[in-house]
Amino acid sequence: MSGNNASVKDLRNPLKRARGLGSAQSGVGHWWTQRVTAAALVLLGAWFVVTVLCLMHTDYDGARAIVAKPWNALLLIAFVLTMFWHAVLGLQVVIEDYVHTRWKEVVLLVAIKFLAVLGALASVLAVLRIALTP
Amino acid sequence: MADTQRPLSPHLQVYRWQVQMVSSILHRATGIALAVGSLLVVAGLLHLAAGEESFNHFKGVIGSPLGMVLLFGWSWALFYHLCNGIRHLLQDAGLGYAIPQFVRSSWLSVVVSIVLTLLVWACVMTTGGAA
Repeated sequence: MSGNNASVKDLRNPLKRARGLGSAQSGVGHWWTQRVTAAALVLLGAWFVVTVLCLMHTDYDGARAIVAKPWNALLLIAFVLTMFWHAVLGLQVVIEDYVHTRWKEVVLLVAIKFLAVLGALASVLAVLRIALTP
Repeated sequence: MADTQRPLSPHLQVYRWQVQMVSSILHRATGIALAVGSLLVVAGLLHLAAGEESFNHFKGVIGSPLGMVLLFGWSWALFYHLCNGIRHLLQDAGLGYAIPQFVRSSWLSVVVSIVLTLLVWACVMTTGGAA
């Protein structure tokens, strides 16, 4: 139906077609976003490890004070959002590679997105509560 | 598994184990482990926001022997995924594809991740910070 006939009627040049849509319908967007979030996580991850080490020295009030510092709160939110984004992209590839029953694959793909969004929102809310509560 | 009855291509069991393959498999495995571990970050933040009693309970759980073992595992997974991730980013830029370089960088990821893990835990133990 959309075989040879369509390619004759389709006046876009091949590059244009290849750019927006591959077999995954999203071109290189997934690959590129995974790399950009990875580069961000190299920096944010190193910062996170150092911050957690600092948190270990303190009690409850000290821990809240560290998280509530503007730069820490900002970077923590950036870290959590980037982490969940990167995790979804990675898990998506794993699921696509190993889950060969279509309905299970789709259910898992949607489930990890729901979980990641919930996790990210819960984390951001928690950081804001800590940072904005006097 | 697949709904179809097509023959499958040979998988892990037919290949001789070599470090390039181990580093690749570990990257995926640590990625999955870290995705699960991200829930710990969420839990920590929620407990810190919820109040002192709640936070102390959380510290008690991660300070327990099982909690410490999991934390140790996650810390190595984080450092391995970080080191090997940087290696993959460099490879994406077209660097390090000659076979000797590829093998060397595989070993480098593994060794540096172990060194970083031990350094961090030495830091935790000597300063007595852990929970």
